[in-house]
Amino acid sequence: MLKRFTGSIREFKTVTLLTPLIIAGEAIIDCLIPYAMAELINQIKAGCEFEVLLKYGGILLAMAFVSLFFGAAAGLTAARASTGFARNLRRDIYYRVQTFTFENIDRFSASSLVTRMTTDVSNVQMAFMMIIRIAVRAPLMFIFSIIMANIMGGALATMFVVVVPLLGFGLFLISKFTMPAFRRVFGKYDTLNESIAENVRAARTVKGFVREEYEKQKFAAAAEGIRRDFTRAERIVALSNPLMQICFYFNMVFVLLVGSKLVITGRGQNIDVGQLSAMLTYGAQILFSLMSLAAIYVMITISATSARRIAEVLDEEPAMKNPENPKTVVPDGSVEFAGVSFKYSERAERPTLSDINLKIKSGETIGILGGTGSGKSTLVQLIPRLYDVTEGSVLVGGIDVRRYDIAALRGQVSMVLQKNLLFSGTIKDNLRWGNENATDEELHKVCKFAMADGFVSSFPQGYNTVIEQGGTNVSGGQRQRLCIARALLKRPKILILDDSTSAVDTRTDAQIRKNFREYMPETTKIIIAQRVASVMDADRIIVMDGGRIVACGTHDELLKSSEIYHEIYSQQIKGGEDHVG
Amino acid sequence: MSAEAKAMPGAKPHSRPKAKKGTFPRLIKTLFKFYPVLLPVTMACILFSSAVSAIPSLFIQKIIQIIEQNYALGDWETAFSLILPQVMILATFYLLSLLSMLLYTQLMAYITQGFLFKLRRTMFDGMQSLPIRYFDTHKHGDIMSHYTNDIDTLRQLVSQSLPQLLKSGMIVSVLLGIMMYYCGWLTLLLLLGVVAMVTVSRKVGGGSARYFVRQQAALGHVEGYIQEMMNGQRVVKVFCHEEESKAGFDELNDALYLDSRRANTYANMLGPIIFNIGNVLYVLVALVGGLLMLAKVPNFSFSGMPLGISIIVPFLNMTKQFTGNINTLSQQLNSIIMGLAGADRVFTLMAEAPEVDDGPVTLVNAKISGDGQISESPVRTGLWAWKCPQEDGGVKYVKLEGNVELVNVDFAYEPDKPVLHQISVYARPGQKVAFVGATGAGKTTITNLLNRFYEANGQITYDGIDIKKIKKADLRRSLGIVLQDTDLFSGTIMENIRYGRLDAGDDDCRAAAALVGADDFITRLPDGYNTMLTNNGANLSQGQRQLLAIARAAVADPPVMILDEATSSIDTRTEAAVQRGMYKLMEGRTVFVIAHRLSTVMNSDVIMVLENGRIIERGSHEKLIAERGTYYQLYTGVFELE
Repeated sequence: MLKRFTGSIREFKTVTLLTPLIIAGEAIIDCLIPYAMAELINQIKAGCEFEVLLKYGGILLAMAFVSLFFGAAAGLTAARASTGFARNLRRDIYYRVQTFTFENIDRFSASSLVTRMTTDVSNVQMAFMMIIRIAVRAPLMFIFSIIMANIMGGALATMFVVVVPLLGFGLFLISKFTMPAFRRVFGKYDTLNESIAENVRAARTVKGFVREEYEKQKFAAAAEGIRRDFTRAERIVALSNPLMQICFYFNMVFVLLVGSKLVITGRGQNIDVGQLSAMLTYGAQILFSLMSLAAIYVMITISATSARRIAEVLDEEPAMKNPENPKTVVPDGSVEFAGVSFKYSERAERPTLSDINLKIKSGETIGILGGTGSGKSTLVQLIPRLYDVTEGSVLVGGIDVRRYDIAALRGQVSMVLQKNLLFSGTIKDNLRWGNENATDEELHKVCKFAMADGFVSSFPQGYNTVIEQGGTNVSGGQRQRLCIARALLKRPKILILDDSTSAVDTRTDAQIRKNFREYMPETTKIIIAQRVASVMDADRIIVMDGGRIVACGTHDELLKSSEIYHEIYSQQIKGGEDHVG
Repeated sequence: MSAEAKAMPGAKPHSRPKAKKGTFPRLIKTLFKFYPVLLPVTMACILFSSAVSAIPSLFIQKIIQIIEQNYALGDWETAFSLILPQVMILATFYLLSLLSMLLYTQLMAYITQGFLFKLRRTMFDGMQSLPIRYFDTHKHGDIMSHYTNDIDTLRQLVSQSLPQLLKSGMIVSVLLGIMMYYCGWLTLLLLLGVVAMVTVSRKVGGGSARYFVRQQAALGHVEGYIQEMMNGQRVVKVFCHEEESKAGFDELNDALYLDSRRANTYANMLGPIIFNIGNVLYVLVALVGGLLMLAKVPNFSFSGMPLGISIIVPFLNMTKQFTGNINTLSQQLNSIIMGLAGADRVFTLMAEAPEVDDGPVTLVNAKISGDGQISESPVRTGLWAWKCPQEDGGVKYVKLEGNVELVNVDFAYEPDKPVLHQISVYARPGQKVAFVGATGAGKTTITNLLNRFYEANGQITYDGIDIKKIKKADLRRSLGIVLQDTDLFSGTIMENIRYGRLDAGDDDCRAAAALVGADDFITRLPDGYNTMLTNNGANLSQGQRQLLAIARAAVADPPVMILDEATSSIDTRTEAAVQRGMYKLMEGRTVFVIAHRLSTVMNSDVIMVLENGRIIERGSHEKLIAERGTYYQLYTGVFELE
């Protein structure tokens, strides 16, 4: 898994490696400073000459400047390395998602992908920075300080034999108990946030059913659970402060008591007041580096969850690849399904489509009807190869779709999805998804075909009207018509509408189909609809049920031959009149 | 959310303003209000233990003095008898300090989480009382971020930054006092150094804070872009728009990188800079101290002690401690700024005006005696009555029948942009009233007015009572509403159906589901009614979710129902099966139906055709067909082409 992440360092390799090196230099200097200080203090105590004072002072000042230089440089490189790494990681995830097929997309929810690219990357970035800065610095400081303390303090250094294991063991216990506690809290946290999001989204439902008090109670219970668990976890963590302080105080008392004995009995030969003072500093440094190590351990464990979630995306293999020597030209708009069956997952018990055999001529208009789950959408999604068939083959222009360059195929097979979306930006920007080089005339033309020109022109800003995120500032019907116009701009050989006019009123709907017929006679049109009216004028109508084609023919033929078709028809058109009559 | 409301411009933009003045005092006040006793105790403990951690210098000075005096003799016995009491006093202070530290760290954990808990609840309770307009005009992501990002920054502020502020402030003050006690000259030198530190940290820290704010904004842009693109990933695939999508992402991602790099560079450099200014100060104190000592400059201090090694050594330690605490304070700068900005946003949410609900008329269970007299019943009877307080102090009961009238109703979401004009509708008990018309014609707005999500201009009466006089909760309880977009809650299917009436038994819920034709698909799910729904029921189809919503309304059993495109995603074949249940459901109730599909509305008692907020035609299906107006065209539009 580590390799997945180191791969994202790339151009920041130099700064990444440089940071610990510079930090090591800084750590060495920081450990030497108290040593020089001790000398200076001893010299002052001995009542030395002013020149000696200046000499030691000069050395110390130089050290401080070198330390400042190293510290600042390391800060710079660490910032560059960690934020650069985060940028690359975010990009790698995003690019990986762009290679996803529909099959891959089904496995990740949009919101979970957003979290992975934001919060999770931030966590990993934080851990990365800690590793290159502190994970090197803390052990170095620890080792150097112990060495220096032994050189200078002699017998005084024995206290670390007591303090270090005490603190180390204490911190180990604290981390051990907090980690699972925090993990549990984070799980509950997600649940709580989900329930808040639910309430924000469902405000109308909550108020409609007068469930405000009920929701408040539910929320209070969930929030109370978090408070309980979080308090417990934080109380364990809070123990580390007094623990650290005990060690620190012990150090102080020990140095004052034993140190002064050593100074006096040894008459300042081995240990003098300067060393005494230095021992206090080293003690603090040693304890502090242990504390940092514990903090890193916690941070890395927290970010491990994030890292795992990111790796899931990076490890997801796109379910289909471009073939070798792909075909780039689609000869015509004919479509053939030859013995096609399809399952969304290998484990699915029943196939979503089975035994589909169908030939559609170039330029034909095909209507598809059928109940929910009958496989209509799945069927048409096989044409632009959004999914690959499980068995059989789909041919476009007489060639198996798996032999085309995917982009070339989708350029000629334009599909308006059932759950369609516009993106933030102007109407023009949105339409140009279909063809980025389209002229204004072309835009107007397709909008006229899709019956969108009228309302777009009525907006004060016309085609420059800004669509808000999710396209919420146009109505459902308007959105659908813009989506159709966008698809038309590709000038496709095959046009597929997957229930794309459900919010459009019947008259406009009929007009759109009339335009298709008049202005795009050579394009194959495949129309999935709920309304019989939307498909009854098609060349052929296909009726689907349970993943199979159960009937196929013109409106008049089906009225006579297909029971299902007749049932749908009378329900929608004739039946209503019967009822009223 | 209704299309009309969604289309409302002027939604609050995503911004992260700096905290206003007065946020800090308000935060402190809120903390004190929540913990009037524990908080002062905690603060006292923090102050005490901080003071103790600043005083060892006093003892170091004494002990070094003793060492100096007994140094030449090498007489440990005498020195020990003098040193021991000093160390014992210090140890006693230490022990007390440790105890108070143990106490306050535990208390802080308790207070922080308790504070966040109370804050969350206050926010959530407040949010529940906000009018629908608030949800319609604020981005849901922004509302959510109050509960996630803002609460997180507040946690940091309350649990870390504020105690640190108190701690470091106390230590610095005590140290300053001790320093002046020992040597005024050196204190002066130190203060000059502190001025330098503050100047630098304001410069560097200010830069860091500025870029952190920009980083947050850049992160918001990246998040917004990712959100949009991940939702539209299928469209991206269909249009082979991957490269453009990557290019758009790279631009925002690079901008985030630049801001984030600058913010982190400043933040990373601040530590070493302050730390080493501290080192330089340390050296200067030693040099100047030594110089003063050597030159025998008279000391200037409160203690009147002469300057000696016993003062310089503790002074050096204090210098280190002093600059260390300044460093800690400067590190907290960012989180204080971000925390206060978060607090500000939370307070803004809490200050939103709640929905006013002052109607005197309430809904009660009723029973009717033999002579037709209505009286209140303490138990559910299936009969309901409006309890209207009279001016003379008496109470009048009006039987709930479902007689709804709109008289000359106008409405605009925003002034100058009228949505409804002079709407008059008379729905008699048990009647089925349908609204048809293009999206944006104002159909959903009418339902928004009926349950007072928005207040109408004009009169709407319910069983003869002006709905403005009816308590909102009771009004809504009497109206069952099924929206086009189904909202489901995390929980089982059973729990979701029971949402309609909390005291409904499992059998009631099953019966309701069976009535509307939802039973069939539910029982075919692996866990049946106990199937867990998550993520707004993402594992169900649109049509199945609508069936659940209808079942939920059925279990509520309200006298009046509003079906707003309630069956739009149920395909006509299934709808035919559902239809029988729907007829049963609608029987004996006043029902308002909004639908695109004319087959859904055809057999209504009266159909209203809306255009641009006006009723242009009204009447039964046959009447409207006979009139050959807009409805006729809508209905027959498809045939024109043949």
